[in-house]
Amino acid sequence: MSAVMLGMPGAPPTSPRGVGHLRGEESFPAAARHSLADTQLRANLGHATRTIRGKRAAVVAELPDWEELREAGRQLKVHTMAHLPAYLVQLEEAVTARGGVVHWARDAAEANAIVVDLVRGTGSDEVVKVKSMATQEIALNEALEAAGIAAFETDLAELIVQLGHDKPSHILVPAIHRNRAEIREIFLREMGDVDPALSDDPAALANAARLHLRRKFLSARVAVSGANFAVAETGTLSVVESEGNGRMCLTLPQTLITVMGIEKVVPRYRDLEVFLQLLPRSSTGERMNPYTSLWTGVTPGDGPQEFHLVLLDNGRSAVLSDAEGRDALNCIRCSACLNVCPVYERAGGHAYGSVYPGPIGAILSPQLTGVEDNASLPYASSLCGACYDVCPVKINIPDILVHLRAEHTEAQAAGRRVPTAEAAAMQAAAVVMRSPRRWRLALRGGRLGRLLGRRRGVIGEVPLPVLKQWTDARDLTRPPTSTFRDWWAREHGDGQPSDEGERP
Amino acid sequence: MSARDDVLARIADAHRLAPSPDLPYDAVERAYRGAEVPGPDAGALVDLLVDRLLDYKALVRRTTPDGLAGTVAEALRERGATSLVVPEGVDPAWLASSDVRVVADPGPAGPLTVDALDTADGVLTGCALAVAATGTLVLDGTAGQGRRAVTLVPDYHLCVVRADQVVADVPQAVAGLEPTRPTTMISGPSATSDIELNRVEGVHGPRTLEVVLVEDAGPDRG
Repeated sequence: MSAVMLGMPGAPPTSPRGVGHLRGEESFPAAARHSLADTQLRANLGHATRTIRGKRAAVVAELPDWEELREAGRQLKVHTMAHLPAYLVQLEEAVTARGGVVHWARDAAEANAIVVDLVRGTGSDEVVKVKSMATQEIALNEALEAAGIAAFETDLAELIVQLGHDKPSHILVPAIHRNRAEIREIFLREMGDVDPALSDDPAALANAARLHLRRKFLSARVAVSGANFAVAETGTLSVVESEGNGRMCLTLPQTLITVMGIEKVVPRYRDLEVFLQLLPRSSTGERMNPYTSLWTGVTPGDGPQEFHLVLLDNGRSAVLSDAEGRDALNCIRCSACLNVCPVYERAGGHAYGSVYPGPIGAILSPQLTGVEDNASLPYASSLCGACYDVCPVKINIPDILVHLRAEHTEAQAAGRRVPTAEAAAMQAAAVVMRSPRRWRLALRGGRLGRLLGRRRGVIGEVPLPVLKQWTDARDLTRPPTSTFRDWWAREHGDGQPSDEGERP
Repeated sequence: MSARDDVLARIADAHRLAPSPDLPYDAVERAYRGAEVPGPDAGALVDLLVDRLLDYKALVRRTTPDGLAGTVAEALRERGATSLVVPEGVDPAWLASSDVRVVADPGPAGPLTVDALDTADGVLTGCALAVAATGTLVLDGTAGQGRRAVTLVPDYHLCVVRADQVVADVPQAVAGLEPTRPTTMISGPSATSDIELNRVEGVHGPRTLEVVLVEDAGPDRG
């Protein structure tokens, strides 16, 4: 059937409001104002991101074929997204053939309901959890709690966040905003079984987490995980981790429930040779992370004897319907873009509102929710391009940011009869810039700005309409005493560009 | 409409709204060093593996087939291990010089309880293969490697690697594995980077990983 016969379909629905953690309570600039005022947070983030940038650069430099791996990763993702239905169906068949059960969820609420039902079906009232972005996105822990099921996060950073009644602020290291002294305080206050003499040495803190969770692991009957990769060809799922909490959850309980976004599928087992090189080096800056688990359905006598896979849409098909933005789905959640971003390093992850912070969050969250629900995020960037340079699958984040800004501007224009101050300013600028004469006069007029900022040498907040909006987050340099055109005329005389003629 | 049909229909709609470039699977450029690229010779591979293992804080002993039983005994003595989980298929000759209490895990037929694994001093296994460039041991649950729990719960993992099991890099490893077996890739002892992004060894998995590398002696080694 052709599109002509049917007419063009409407865009698939974005992630619904009211459930999940994709939308913040305030805009990025408002939220960033709080975090920028927190000097401890800024020191913690600066230290951690500096450390990881150095480690990543060193292990990436070891591989002479890094750029070729990135290109293969990018092309594999592009190919997969173009054939997504076929690969998802193939994955479902392979998992089912090996004794797993596959569930499909249109959105967060549906995925949560499926998991709650599955846990209830086991008779257990608690689950152990492997760190997973998908389950954070859908707010699964809250849904389980509402159903009377306790969810225990077992990743060290997730544990720090959960015990601290806090929110995650980084994809890889959700507690990156905490330093060792703060973590020690949280453990002493919340664990209940900690030696008061606990030091803030990271090894001692890691050991405290080991002791705290050990009995839980050895007795848990149900685990919930995410997935880093799912191989369509074989039905093989993979979780990449460091601590062994993942292995504990994937191995010891009777029942394993894995929630994964539909974009995590890869075509063939062989493709892991690309992604298992790209991910650890980009993520923790290691040649290989300590533990990678790969399992296919159920293996008699080894690991969980009941396996459920929940495939989650929650706005992903909507992202796929935008040719200019859909590469955001290619993300393998390494977090390298966060660690190099000058905006993330200063504002921190909480300022982004969504569980996906940093540059990738600034393009993924607004597309999953619809740009109007995360309208400030595409602007949370200086477009410096460092994120693109480090992305292991070469997502052109700056281009997508600009695309989303345009989409937001157009949506605003379409929804108003009176243009925004920004649109009016742009129209005025267009009129002025079309005529060299008007442009010259405007530049000379700019010297009036010298009246401002005489004391500090820069122009701070100007309490006038429009100017205030621009200057409340930016200092402007004081205009120079003469314009470039005047200087050129003085130095070169007849070389001055002509003022004659109007351009169309 | 079921959720399954709905999700698949949404993706089909998305593809109609924004058609994708045609990039067949076989046209994906794989210009990186793949499984077919010959790595360094066997001796250099083992040296590289040892370097990587030590870098990630594993303990390493190198020996010959004749010295293996003595090296295993020495490792266990220095560790102070008196009870050792041994999965089905481990060559009894490896333990010929050791006087530890062997806690046999017969596998699916009558597996040890989690508590039995937890109270043992360690576990001894072989591996499916090892990756030199990343310092990774790969276990796939076949003979001599045990089900996944046996190399997870005990706090000390002693792993025997033969030189002919060492491959150059990740592509050779992936090519050498059977996808449907439960597979674990292990690179050093359990660790975390969650506190200030510094790597610290020793969380939930075995806190000590010790590798015994078995190389043929003599001029024609490798």
